Amino acid sequence: MAIVILRKMAKGQKGTIHRVTASGEIGRRIRDMGLVPGTPFQVQGRAPLKDPVAIRLRNFTLTLRNSESDFIEAEVEEI
Amino acid sequence: MAHGWENLIALAGNPNCGKTTLFNAITGARRHVGNYPGITVEKKEGYCQVNDIEIELVDLPGTYSLTAYSPEELVARNYLIQDRPSAVINIVDASNLDRNLYLTVQLLELGIPVLIALNMVDMATARGFEINAEELGRRLRVPVIPTVARTGSGKEELLQAAAQLVQKGAVWDPLYISYGPDIDPVLDKMEALIGSGSFLTDLHPARWTALKYLEADVEVIRKGREKDPAISGKLEGLAEQVSQHLQKTLDSYPEAIIADHRYGFITALLKGGVVKHSHKTDRLYLTDQLDRVLINRFFGPVLMMLIIYAVYTFTFTYSKVPVGWLEAGFSELGRLADSSLPPGPFKSLIISGVIDGVGGVLGFVPLILFMFFGIAILEDTGYLARVAYMLDRVFRTFGLHGSSVMAYIISGGIAGGCAVPGVLAARTLRSSRERIATLITAPFMNCGAKLPVFAMLIAAFFSSKEAQVMFLLTVLSWVAALLIAKLIRSTILRGPSTPFLLELPPYRLPTFKGLLIHTWERAWQYIRKAGTIILAISIVFWALMSFPGLPESKRKIYDDERASILAGGAGSLARLGARIDEIDNEEAQAALKYSIAGRIGSGLTLVTSVNGFDWRTNVALLSGIAAKEIIISTMGTAYSLGRSRRGEKIPLSGRLAADPSWTPLKAFSLIIFIMLYAPCFATVTCIIRESTWKWGLFSMVFNTLTAFIVSGLVYRGGLWLGLG
Repeated sequence: MAIVILRKMAKGQKGTIHRVTASGEIGRRIRDMGLVPGTPFQVQGRAPLKDPVAIRLRNFTLTLRNSESDFIEAEVEEI
Repeated sequence: MAHGWENLIALAGNPNCGKTTLFNAITGARRHVGNYPGITVEKKEGYCQVNDIEIELVDLPGTYSLTAYSPEELVARNYLIQDRPSAVINIVDASNLDRNLYLTVQLLELGIPVLIALNMVDMATARGFEINAEELGRRLRVPVIPTVARTGSGKEELLQAAAQLVQKGAVWDPLYISYGPDIDPVLDKMEALIGSGSFLTDLHPARWTALKYLEADVEVIRKGREKDPAISGKLEGLAEQVSQHLQKTLDSYPEAIIADHRYGFITALLKGGVVKHSHKTDRLYLTDQLDRVLINRFFGPVLMMLIIYAVYTFTFTYSKVPVGWLEAGFSELGRLADSSLPPGPFKSLIISGVIDGVGGVLGFVPLILFMFFGIAILEDTGYLARVAYMLDRVFRTFGLHGSSVMAYIISGGIAGGCAVPGVLAARTLRSSRERIATLITAPFMNCGAKLPVFAMLIAAFFSSKEAQVMFLLTVLSWVAALLIAKLIRSTILRGPSTPFLLELPPYRLPTFKGLLIHTWERAWQYIRKAGTIILAISIVFWALMSFPGLPESKRKIYDDERASILAGGAGSLARLGARIDEIDNEEAQAALKYSIAGRIGSGLTLVTSVNGFDWRTNVALLSGIAAKEIIISTMGTAYSLGRSRRGEKIPLSGRLAADPSWTPLKAFSLIIFIMLYAPCFATVTCIIRESTWKWGLFSMVFNTLTAFIVSGLVYRGGLWLGLG
């Protein structure tokens, strides 16, 4: 297992939320959408200009900007 | 107890959970749409009758949570706390259960009586899981009714359950969740402190208040400080201690631990027999298959352009016919008034003030209906979220948001749009700074009313390169809108971009009824405005351009001239009529120059000589604030060409081309000015509706200033380069 930030993950890669390092409004918003430690997710793809990123978790698709995905650390299988 | 509207029930739920569809299914036509005081969050109220109980239903804005993150969330929360409805119907999307239950848990923690509508159970089944509603209800200790809002199934059972809850007079009974060894002890301490001082306990349960202090909820803390600074201070201190402790020991925050435990509670809740997965959970959903193409890196943008172009064409092509009917109707009305009213200021008021003014605004109604219908389709299918996703990166560079694109395009990003529906389309933007920047800059686009003015000027001065100049103007309007948006966002609306966390909802086929309701609600609000504010403003403008009338002595000169022509009697009848018309036109020009608007126009030449404009142009621009297409007819009067009805541009075009004081440079400077200056009144009214009257006023002053500076630079720069 390795820990990477969401921005570094490739399309189609699966992972589990390890930690959300943001506090305040952004942190609360990210957690409200269900990104809490232990949640499995998959990177679905990126927008035509590589930002934002779309991830699939808890049966829905969420998109967030790269600047926000920097706050999200994920556990992934070692490649 | 079964009388009056005291049986108030609120509808709460996540965005895209089918809440509005359910609201429409329950209330039908007995509804009312307004705004929550002070903000542009829509407030929908409706009525229904169950057995013999009258129930008032309030559709709260769709929210993911009850924190104070967005205006919608704040509105929903404050409504529950302050208006204290008898119960909340919480609509939960069964196909997306755990995230939807996050809001449910917060409602239960607040303690308000809750009734769950487990919606889209059909979708959940299709996605391969069954939910045991009874078991879920037993565990949460609230009624859970399976529904399918699209078909109306489960609606009756839901209403019966709601009526029972209301009749029983259910009391507030907060849910108690454990937040673990780091938070629970301090929560207890805070709860005791709050209880002993009866601190905000009239509004919400003590534990809830304590939680909000730990979550550093700005709104609750503000209210707490007002209520009792001493207790609030102690609570803030306790929260701060925990926060520091958590950061040191766990490198975490109280709100993170709280969210973790809420989701932990939900996971535990759904274990052991509530959700049953069938074998086909891994199959690719239709939405994912569609998204493979629709948000594909290459095909996505191409298809997006085609789809947006299709909506645009649909709006402006198909609305042409009904717009034509309305225009014909109003000009018929004008003719009727012309022939039946005695001449005088009253007649002029009715024709030029009331009929032209209100007609000009109501003429937009078919356009708005078509545009809203198109947007409702994009919105209700879930495509609009994809557009925002694909374009966000581009628009963010200029301090805007991916969703700004619709507003720009409809306003005339493809030349010939209209800023009225464009500004209203900005409603899909959730973040306030980006929305206001969009509202202010969208009117820079070349709307359909500016086009005839441009066409007249192009025909006069750039007739050999019509298409190129038109294309250049379209590009210029985009450049101006984006750059000025950037300017606004780095000065008066400075601030980080609002976090972009956008759900891409599954594609859904919208119901026709839903689309019609959606469309009509928005259009009706516009029509109501037309009858009131716009009518008043048109009358003011009419008065400015008609008063004071020419003094008797001056009028007599024209009367004498006419009399002498008639007395002379030489020449054919047609020649005679033409001479009389000429004098009429000269009189109209003199009257316009003599009116308040004319004097303002003359006074303004002190400033506008920088741009090369004389009093005639100024008056025309002034009248153009009412509606851009009027610029041509006012200019016609000012050049004593007679008050030709709209669209007649050839004589004016020729007149300007022949005038030695006009140069291509001056014409281009005027085009730039018209492109950028104050939006028309219909648009300003909409900007006010979508923000505040201050921003409406700002758009007029700021945009005119921008126009003045840019067009002045163009004119003076051109002169300096020797282009004049």
